[in-house]
Amino acid sequence: MLILTCPYCGVAAEETELAPGGEAHLKRVGPDGDDQQFEAYMFDRKNEKGVHFERWRHAYGCGKWFLAARDTNTLQVYGTYRAQTPHPTDDIVAAIRKVSPDWNPDWTRAE
Amino acid sequence: MPSARSGHYSIFAIAREAFRQHTGWQRAWANPEPRSKYKVVIVGAGGHGLATAYYLGKNFGITDVAVIEKGWLGGGNTGRNTTIIRSNYLQDPSAAIYDKALKLYEDLSQELNYNVMFSPRGLIMLAQTEHEVRGYKRTVYANNLQGVATEWIEPARLKELVPIINLEGPRYPVLGGLYQERGGTARHDAVAWGYARACSDMGMHIIQNCEVQGVETEGGQLRAVNTSKGRIECEKLAMVVAGHSSQLAEMAGFRLPIESVALQALVSEPIKPCMDVVVMANTVHGYLSQSDKGEMVIGGGTDGFNNFTQRGSWHHVEETVRALVETFPMISRLKMLRQWGGIVDMTGDRSPILSTTPVRNIFVNCGWGTGGFKAIPGSGWAMAELIANGTPGPLAAEFGLNRFREGRFIDESVAAGVAH
Repeated sequence: MLILTCPYCGVAAEETELAPGGEAHLKRVGPDGDDQQFEAYMFDRKNEKGVHFERWRHAYGCGKWFLAARDTNTLQVYGTYRAQTPHPTDDIVAAIRKVSPDWNPDWTRAE
Repeated sequence: MPSARSGHYSIFAIAREAFRQHTGWQRAWANPEPRSKYKVVIVGAGGHGLATAYYLGKNFGITDVAVIEKGWLGGGNTGRNTTIIRSNYLQDPSAAIYDKALKLYEDLSQELNYNVMFSPRGLIMLAQTEHEVRGYKRTVYANNLQGVATEWIEPARLKELVPIINLEGPRYPVLGGLYQERGGTARHDAVAWGYARACSDMGMHIIQNCEVQGVETEGGQLRAVNTSKGRIECEKLAMVVAGHSSQLAEMAGFRLPIESVALQALVSEPIKPCMDVVVMANTVHGYLSQSDKGEMVIGGGTDGFNNFTQRGSWHHVEETVRALVETFPMISRLKMLRQWGGIVDMTGDRSPILSTTPVRNIFVNCGWGTGGFKAIPGSGWAMAELIANGTPGPLAAEFGLNRFREGRFIDESVAAGVAH
């Protein structure tokens, strides 16, 4: 069973206590965005086979949204962090690189 | 399709072989090495990919086709589903393509000269809440307008059809059901094998253990696919790979509105015949049918999170079994033999994608989510039309990728919940 530690209340919550919320760090498209950008924001997903950053809600706990780094191919959890974090934290990156030294964060390119 | 190469299957063939110790049977399909060039390359030798190839040959005379497969033929979701076939969908485009599939299934064994064991034993979707009663009655009205024969049945009739059911479940009493008499099951492996044999007979190449490693494009135009068995040039490429659609699309440089999750199923030890219809209980995410071997085949719910491991979370199995035991008390002591998962490609509106893509001459058939098996012949039929003409025919027209940008969803997620 998947266990994620809620970064707010510190509880190691089992999957049945959590509600999944899909891909994290999506950039909201504002009023200036065109149809294509809005479509990409709404629907197109990385659906990564490997390291995946995703949203979760501690639904049957403190009720707060948080983010998790998880490998969709091995089910390994690299860590969880607060929803207000603009991109995965250094210790998450370190945890991922410990397993996959070649892994490169892609948010540095985007910003 | 009778053929010289693999031999026509018939009672005379069985008799003939009986007299010579069964030494005359041919391989059902050839095992060639890939050529460097084909007119059409189809990625994915599951039901959908092979059916696409078959109808390309049969309906459009295109036989310069290779179907390439990372693993083995029919080893993905084609061999992992619960073999349910039905066409009682709410939305018109869905009813059209799924009913086309059902009609093709009805004659498929004769058409392919291969016994796919299609068994139109009838299918019931249980209504266990007032919402479902209203929803399914609405579906029945919609189906009647679509020309798909379904009916609403009351609990008494349901009990006659399914004697082992417990109508008075304390949590979820059975309030009636949506009954499609033409629905049923088929042998899932045989569907892939039958199509593969027919494709091979037409001279198409089915190449197993051949993984796509890259897609070569030039100026928005397809050039070739690079595979573990070398570079293959092609005029047209069809991606028909279910769970790994996003990965393949990324190789070609575009994204899909797809997320891959695990869907689980399990099967019990074989018991004497006790249920000759398929029963789906969508409120509790469980469906049940009895295989010809006597095993109870049980389908469950999907995980909520992205997953490529072909194994799902245990608590989904528990939920499914707990609910089914309430509705079918006699299965409570059954031992389960096997449990497995498959990676299904989910779209936001729970409807498939049969579409052109941002790259010219690349076509995609994916997003069947938890319900692809029942659609295989119709999906192949519509996909072949799309590939041959370059534009979708009437069956595929509504299932284009552009529907997401235009907000023309074919919303089956509300109509059918998770179970498809």
